[in-house]
Amino acid sequence: MMLDRRPILLANARVVDPSRDLDTVGDVLIADGVIREAKKGIGAAGVPEGTDVVDCRGKLVAPGLIDMRAFIGEPGAGYRETLASASQAAAAGGVTTIVCQPDTSPAIDNPATVDYVLRRARDTAIVHVHPMAALTKGLEGKEMTEIGLLKAAGAVAFTDGAKSVTNAQVMRRALTYAGDFDALIVHHTEDPDLNGDGVMNEGEFAARLGLLGMPKAAETIMLERDIRLVDLTGGRYHAASVTCPESLEVLRRAKDAGLSVTASASINHVTLNENDIGPYRTFLKLAPPLRQERDRVALIEAVRSGLVDVIMSDHNPQDVETKRLPFAEAAPGAIGIETMLIAGLRLVHNGELDLLTLLRATSTRPAELLGLPGGTLRSGAPADLIVVDMDQPWVVNPDELKSKCKNTPFDEARMQGRVMRTIVAGRTVYEVV
Amino acid sequence: MNSPAKTSFVLSQKHLLGIEGLTVADITGLLDLAEEFVELNRQIEKKRTTLRGRTQINLFFEVSTRTQSSFELAGKRLGADVMNMSASSSSMRKGETLMDTAITLNAMHPDLIVVRHHASGAVELLARKVDCSVINAGDGAHEHPTQALLDALTIRRNKGRLEGLTVAICGDILHSRVARSNIILLNAMGARVRVVAPTTLLPPGIERMGVEVARDMREGLNGADIVMMLRLQRERMNGSYVPSVSEYFHYYGLDEKKLAYAKPDALVMHPGPMNRGVEIDSIVADGAQSLIREQVEMGVAVRMAVLEALSRNLPNA
Repeated sequence: MMLDRRPILLANARVVDPSRDLDTVGDVLIADGVIREAKKGIGAAGVPEGTDVVDCRGKLVAPGLIDMRAFIGEPGAGYRETLASASQAAAAGGVTTIVCQPDTSPAIDNPATVDYVLRRARDTAIVHVHPMAALTKGLEGKEMTEIGLLKAAGAVAFTDGAKSVTNAQVMRRALTYAGDFDALIVHHTEDPDLNGDGVMNEGEFAARLGLLGMPKAAETIMLERDIRLVDLTGGRYHAASVTCPESLEVLRRAKDAGLSVTASASINHVTLNENDIGPYRTFLKLAPPLRQERDRVALIEAVRSGLVDVIMSDHNPQDVETKRLPFAEAAPGAIGIETMLIAGLRLVHNGELDLLTLLRATSTRPAELLGLPGGTLRSGAPADLIVVDMDQPWVVNPDELKSKCKNTPFDEARMQGRVMRTIVAGRTVYEVV
Repeated sequence: MNSPAKTSFVLSQKHLLGIEGLTVADITGLLDLAEEFVELNRQIEKKRTTLRGRTQINLFFEVSTRTQSSFELAGKRLGADVMNMSASSSSMRKGETLMDTAITLNAMHPDLIVVRHHASGAVELLARKVDCSVINAGDGAHEHPTQALLDALTIRRNKGRLEGLTVAICGDILHSRVARSNIILLNAMGARVRVVAPTTLLPPGIERMGVEVARDMREGLNGADIVMMLRLQRERMNGSYVPSVSEYFHYYGLDEKKLAYAKPDALVMHPGPMNRGVEIDSIVADGAQSLIREQVEMGVAVRMAVLEALSRNLPNA
């Protein structure tokens, strides 16, 4: 890691700032850990003495990504991922802020554990880390956690991770109580009973593979219930991972009604579909499951229109013990923090998504929803930013990924675009030399 | 009786993981080869030496009587050394993973591994980790290719053909690997396939696998040449997928009355083991139209054909 404390001028770059709808050739000046200016023609003449002028001609400079959903494993499962290893992967992928999930061991369901994670991150991680805290104690879906104290300790939102709170009364009270603290509730919407023993999206492909399916309705029913409860309580609500047009329709109605409802989609669901599972590839076993191509297309359209606010990595490290198994027995989840931006660039390169929208969904919107200072290149914002070569071709080699686990769905995939430098609070934490 | 087999066809595959992936020539070739073994198996001297020196491991993670014994006999009649491993006696009980078991067995240099596993895709997963030929003896609800081949052989011997026949597959399609393999094989050979079941026991999307779907036996069996019944597992009988055994038998159990909906010369099949009085009435199971015992006989012949065909592709050095 390089500790450049000198001011840096990223010169002649394509500067893209989704918080201002800015996409221009210009310069970005960083000093004292904050962005001084980002605009056309600052020029080497207009910078303080001793400034490190970096020619970024032909490269993209943008706010660092804020990954709103990453499962880490620390505390309790450091063999899967530590805050340190996750932060290395994040830096290499252009992610400057990780929002980690509370399903650790012990769960992040009390202020002391929030404090532990924050201190551990401060000491070992090279990017910012903010934990979400559990919505219910022990993630058991029964009793709400100390939402006020947890928020004061630094929890940026409340969620039971990949578990759904099935008891509507518990959800109602949590939404009501959280409303008093203006706390955001993030909910994984899958009805576990309706999913039953299902292991992939229900339909022809599951029928052919002899795998039990999970209907889209399992997701949509839970989302629909939640929206009714938001209407009842006035809470602030975020759907953790939507995947299908039926859910999007529910979301649209909620937003049209003026409810405080937002949603994420995972990078996997906007770039892959169930056919990518092929011959039982367990790295593509996800929760919620990959759907059909027409669902993916609808999801992209929703990102474009802003109906889906955020794209997140859903980073979930699983080792061979939990993945090198028959499909039905393998754990769900894929790593993604290091490939999220580059996989997203696929959509930009093939014309499905414009760059501003991709960056807004991965930086500006998460910052706004979580009340974090990044996601912008405005003067005075923290100097969390990335330099990206939009065109460099490369092939994903799992062995070269920084994550402790190698369960990438983009195993050996061809990519176009590479993060060249990642700057966190003014310090370069990753650089391709 | 050590004359070499008359048919000399070569299978296009290294493994038999499913009917999916086989060509029509593969299927026809295996059935023709199996015909030779039907004759052989009816003689006093049933041995061939094709697999002499070869090691065949039967690795059964799920209990099986007829499939495992059928593969064992098939291997022995072809002269292989056959070892049986089952879940109850193996280190699987001690928590060893499927992959570790595969790697361990591979180190013993088997030539053929016959695998049954309760999870769909498990056999393919194992095949990636071993050097020898792998035969799928049933993986979850995915495929059971030798069952479909023996069913096809049984039908062909009794009807003289597969093409143009109407085959009704009845019962728990959702959980059935036998149904999937049969659907693929019969479609490939030009038969018309119908599935008959309560909708709770049909996988959503099944109609896109090239079958007609019927929800009652009268409609489903109408004009059928073959009525293939499937076993209904006990744990699925009481309220989870169907309300009760008696309701299931009332609507979907094959008795003489329902069989009368099919063609007068329709034949009845069942992969076994049967639940008499659940999916099939004893009078039908043991009746003149039943091919159930013949299916078992064909099973040994078909498995010999598969073992022989795969061994032709094994390295000889």
